[in-house]
Amino acid sequence: MSIALLDRRQVVARLLAKRDGLLVVTGLGSPTYDVHAAGDHDGNYYLWGAMGAAALIGLGLAQAQPDRTVVVITGDGEQLMGLGGLATIAITNPKNLVVVVLDNDHYGETGMQVSHTGHGLELASVAQSCGLTEARTVRDMSGVEEVARALHAPASGSRFFAIKVRAENPPRSLPPRDAVHVKNRFRAHLGLGTM
Amino acid sequence: MAPKDAAQSLDRAPADADWPAQLYRVLKAAKVRQVSYVPDAGHAMLIRLFADDPEVVSNVLTTEEEGIAIATGAWLGGSRSVLLLQSSGVGNCVNMLSLVTMTRTPLLMLVTMRGEWAEFNPWQVPMGLATAPVLAAMGIRVMRAETPDDLIETVEAAATLAFDAEQQIAVLLSQRLLGRKKW
Repeated sequence: MSIALLDRRQVVARLLAKRDGLLVVTGLGSPTYDVHAAGDHDGNYYLWGAMGAAALIGLGLAQAQPDRTVVVITGDGEQLMGLGGLATIAITNPKNLVVVVLDNDHYGETGMQVSHTGHGLELASVAQSCGLTEARTVRDMSGVEEVARALHAPASGSRFFAIKVRAENPPRSLPPRDAVHVKNRFRAHLGLGTM
Repeated sequence: MAPKDAAQSLDRAPADADWPAQLYRVLKAAKVRQVSYVPDAGHAMLIRLFADDPEVVSNVLTTEEEGIAIATGAWLGGSRSVLLLQSSGVGNCVNMLSLVTMTRTPLLMLVTMRGEWAEFNPWQVPMGLATAPVLAAMGIRVMRAETPDDLIETVEAAATLAFDAEQQIAVLLSQRLLGRKKW
């Protein structure tokens, strides 16, 4: 097992530094806090539950908004609960969907228990096997720079990046827990009304 | 064709049944643009009609709960969707239903029932019994159709409730309506 050296907050801050029109969906736990710490934004959709849902919310959103790039930022544990979702994404394989897993090999929110990726599972291999257009594991900051550029580059199908980060819990940065508020704020950002 | 589908497609929702085509027209009139499903013989014709419709994106799922998440993303992006599943699949959705109730996201599920009317396979019975109570326990409104006419009217009403009033609705298609499965 290689040593994960990347700082998750630095990684997310770099990915979202020049976000332009990116729409961002975050998986529950640390990725939600990481994205909020990088700067709250009306184009962020934060999850506090529904483990396993993040990438598939991204799929539904990408299909509804084909002209916007949708970035899902989640964790290894959250993605592991939705492994079948990668197979489902590959069926329609929307070119405007990018799934980024901040992979620290652990369940950070619950006491740092070792996850399946910590036991050797390669999420990028799963995504590749499912048929996503691009899937790879990133282990250094130059790789993160490439991912950041890729978010703004055209693609022919859905992409998946597992970014190996240090197993640590930075101070929590908490977005609103009012899910209706976050939903309406996000929809308003897209020019969509409420009831 | 999925094995589950292949085993049942000849004897549930017969090809001369008119309601799947009517259902398709009702859902199109409700401006549904995304459909998600785990294949079920009772939904086979509707699945085919959507698959042939260039205006609609079809998602085949590995498990039904994925469809709850896709419906949430669809609505975030301004798109209306429907989830097609069998009663056994409702059990797979339980925790994920908190997503649509917490976010007050429209959800329209069409659930084909097993385990309730002339059922031969006892393995379908537990989830058939639990379908409506489980949905209700998660805060999902349950509506039920016993006849084709009833079904069309119910789905029209459910679509309005879901998309205009941001409600979470499951319409149960009774096994009697779908027809007895021949073994």
